[in-house]
Amino acid sequence: MIRLEKRTAPSQFWTYAAPLLAVMLTMACGGLLFAALGKDPFVTIRTIFWDPLFSEFAWYYRPQLLIKAAPLVLIAIGLSFGFRAGVWNIGAEGQYILGAICGAAVGLAFYPTESVFILPLMIMAGALGGWAWAMIPGVLRVKFGTNEILVSLMLVYVAQNLLASMALGVMRNPDAMGFPGSRNLARYPSATSWINESAGLHWGVVFAFIAVIFAYITLSRHIFGFQVRLSGQSPRAARFAGVNPGLLVLICMGISGALAGLAGLFEVAGPSGLISIDFNAGYGFTAIIVAFLGRLHPVGILLAAGLMALTYIGGEIAQSNLRLPAAAIQVLQGMLLFFLLAVDVLTHYRVRIGTRRIA
Amino acid sequence: MNTPLLRLEGLTKAYPGVVANKDVSFDIQPGEIHALLGENGAGKSTLVKTIYGLVKPDAGQMYLQGASFEPAEPRAARAAGVAMVFQHFSLFDAMNVAENIALGMENPPPQREIAARVRLVSDQYGLPLDPTRIVGELSAGERQRVEIIRCLLQDPKLLIMDEPTSVLTPQEVAILFETLRRLRDAGTAILYISHKLEEIRALCDAATVLRLGQVVGTCDPRATSAREMAELMVGSSLHVPLKAARAQGEVIMTLQGLSAKAPHRFGTALRDIDLTVRRGEILGIGGVAGNGQDELVAALSGEIRTRRNTLMMQGESIGHLGPNARRRMGLLAAPEERMGHAAAPDMTLTENALLTAVARQDLTRRGFVRWGKARDYASAVIKAFDVRTPGPANTARSLSGGNLQKFVIGREIMQNPVVFVVNQPTWGVDASAAAAIRQALLDLADKGAAVICISQDLDELMEISDRFAALNGGRLSAPRPAQGLSVEQIGLMLGGAHDMEVAHVDA
Repeated sequence: MIRLEKRTAPSQFWTYAAPLLAVMLTMACGGLLFAALGKDPFVTIRTIFWDPLFSEFAWYYRPQLLIKAAPLVLIAIGLSFGFRAGVWNIGAEGQYILGAICGAAVGLAFYPTESVFILPLMIMAGALGGWAWAMIPGVLRVKFGTNEILVSLMLVYVAQNLLASMALGVMRNPDAMGFPGSRNLARYPSATSWINESAGLHWGVVFAFIAVIFAYITLSRHIFGFQVRLSGQSPRAARFAGVNPGLLVLICMGISGALAGLAGLFEVAGPSGLISIDFNAGYGFTAIIVAFLGRLHPVGILLAAGLMALTYIGGEIAQSNLRLPAAAIQVLQGMLLFFLLAVDVLTHYRVRIGTRRIA
Repeated sequence: MNTPLLRLEGLTKAYPGVVANKDVSFDIQPGEIHALLGENGAGKSTLVKTIYGLVKPDAGQMYLQGASFEPAEPRAARAAGVAMVFQHFSLFDAMNVAENIALGMENPPPQREIAARVRLVSDQYGLPLDPTRIVGELSAGERQRVEIIRCLLQDPKLLIMDEPTSVLTPQEVAILFETLRRLRDAGTAILYISHKLEEIRALCDAATVLRLGQVVGTCDPRATSAREMAELMVGSSLHVPLKAARAQGEVIMTLQGLSAKAPHRFGTALRDIDLTVRRGEILGIGGVAGNGQDELVAALSGEIRTRRNTLMMQGESIGHLGPNARRRMGLLAAPEERMGHAAAPDMTLTENALLTAVARQDLTRRGFVRWGKARDYASAVIKAFDVRTPGPANTARSLSGGNLQKFVIGREIMQNPVVFVVNQPTWGVDASAAAAIRQALLDLADKGAAVICISQDLDELMEISDRFAALNGGRLSAPRPAQGLSVEQIGLMLGGAHDMEVAHVDA
């Protein structure tokens, strides 16, 4: 008989070993899947997990990894504050769009002036835009007790329509002969977020690392981080400890909104370059998965975003080089999530095999 | 000798790291009220859960009327004639009595029939209850009657009652005892779990005492003194807290005209509460749970804020201040619910020390937590209050109820409160830890602090308080000196008028 026994405290060993075991299980089961599809499992696994980092074309893929992972890290770090405190901001995608729109608007307003102040102004506008969009569900929850999950999610669709109207209306490039989309900010030296385009390095990557360090210190060393964790675990104890629950909701919403807005701004001023109808690529939703994969821990989020980016890039390589169907890659990503959550049991439970001993 | 109704033979049950029951054997005769005595953690709950089919024993047998009895689930136990009234009620507040009773049945008959049977049973056993009333409006005693009637409708051979009097006023206890005696006379056996010795002496025909999972003795409670039973239970002689005569100091805190809305639907609104406490006194506040205790503690701790002048402390108005500002003034509180209110279960003791001690122990510097200092403070509390744990890095959840309570109380007391408010300080705490906590409260008052102790345990309040007041329906009675108060007077102060009707013995 196999039984699960709850541990009195989470296992230190499995906290770190579980994600590794999950990746190995994914590789094993993914290999079986690829073999069933008639591909060499070892080659396929190597293509997805190894080639983007260490093959002879890695010089091309590595920058792609940075570009993919940076917005995921930024958004997921912001979300992790709220998720730890029990504030469920599901609408980071909308805040990401608003950050991009507001930041781009500042940049476009100065076009074609050149000045070192333009990018910092855009960064502030992007953060403010995302913050303001997140304040809508935040204030509604605090003042009227609405559900922030629904409101923030609905605002994603509002933001998408706003984005479309911007791309087709006021922000449309006057020199584009009627094509939708704004001017390319990446080609506007004072506004671009690129630091080194060929290395995949833009200010978003820098900010993502800063956010990880900032979040790590706040959560582990600062009293605010303690209050966030306390509110998520025992709301009543938090109130007893003097935490103002409404204020905490607003701060957490604000942090996640501002960071999502920043991610949007860096994307529009760099990798994407312009405000277009389909500018948003789902980073805001993927970041929710990243946040949980990373156990809401800043370093975990950094690793999870890297892993997520790896399966995206590796998956694309496998599709083009090995003619693997896109669906097979999605199954692989699904497996990864599944195993990560499944082996999580080991951190909190101990597996006992055999009959019960009488102590 | 005739066949016992229920015979237990060598029941053993182990959980990881702890043996809850070890080789427990005893008999329950038909038509007897059998007491199961023991401290918290002695294994009483595990044993009755085994009888009720909620727990499967690792070894041992049970025989019901001579036949092997191995209930796989409570349904099987009920079918065999075993019913149980739990300490915590499982009733839906928003439904009426008959609907709640129907929910517990396999094939409920129509509402009208249930209502008729409820009336019949409640007449028969002297349990006044109207089947159409909404449960949310009932007192704790009436809710318990719903649970009892729910059991009686199954016509049980054995009725298990887990700490039934902990939520009742003295008058309600009298009604309950009358009902139980009638049930016994009708041939039903009752397994009565309690640690209140006087009750057991008044009610029970036989008693089995458990300590650390083992049967340490059986006795006839009518012929054994409470002290002897207590010593059987604890395994050593009891330490009784010392109450020294204290000089009354100056008034230190005044609460005037405190009214507050109920924080949630079935909470209790506070109505026009006036209260003064002096240095060096312990004010005991009695009352049945759910009469505004939680709300009063919240209003004092700062979780519920009031108008500025409602609460005055040392000449300053503090009604509008939040919990941490009040802590800086020296007003500390320990709420009733340890897990999730006074302490965060999944956090370490160090983090839990930080939870309330951050302001008075100076545990942050420019907002950054001084973890080393917090750990030292947690260790100091653990040491001073004899909290049994490997160290401050363990989670609050890993502590037993009594140990966590010692930690929670110690955490506040070691901050040198000026006024200390504590709700149910020894609820669910074993006798020796309870005595230590009471002693700590007395020592605190000796040092010149004012203590407000809210408790359901009247013996405890009489033991430590200087003045006594009762909380009933969100109103506080005028405090009276505790010395010389009789049980009847206390009962009346507790709002004994609530369902005063005592069972009619003529039925």
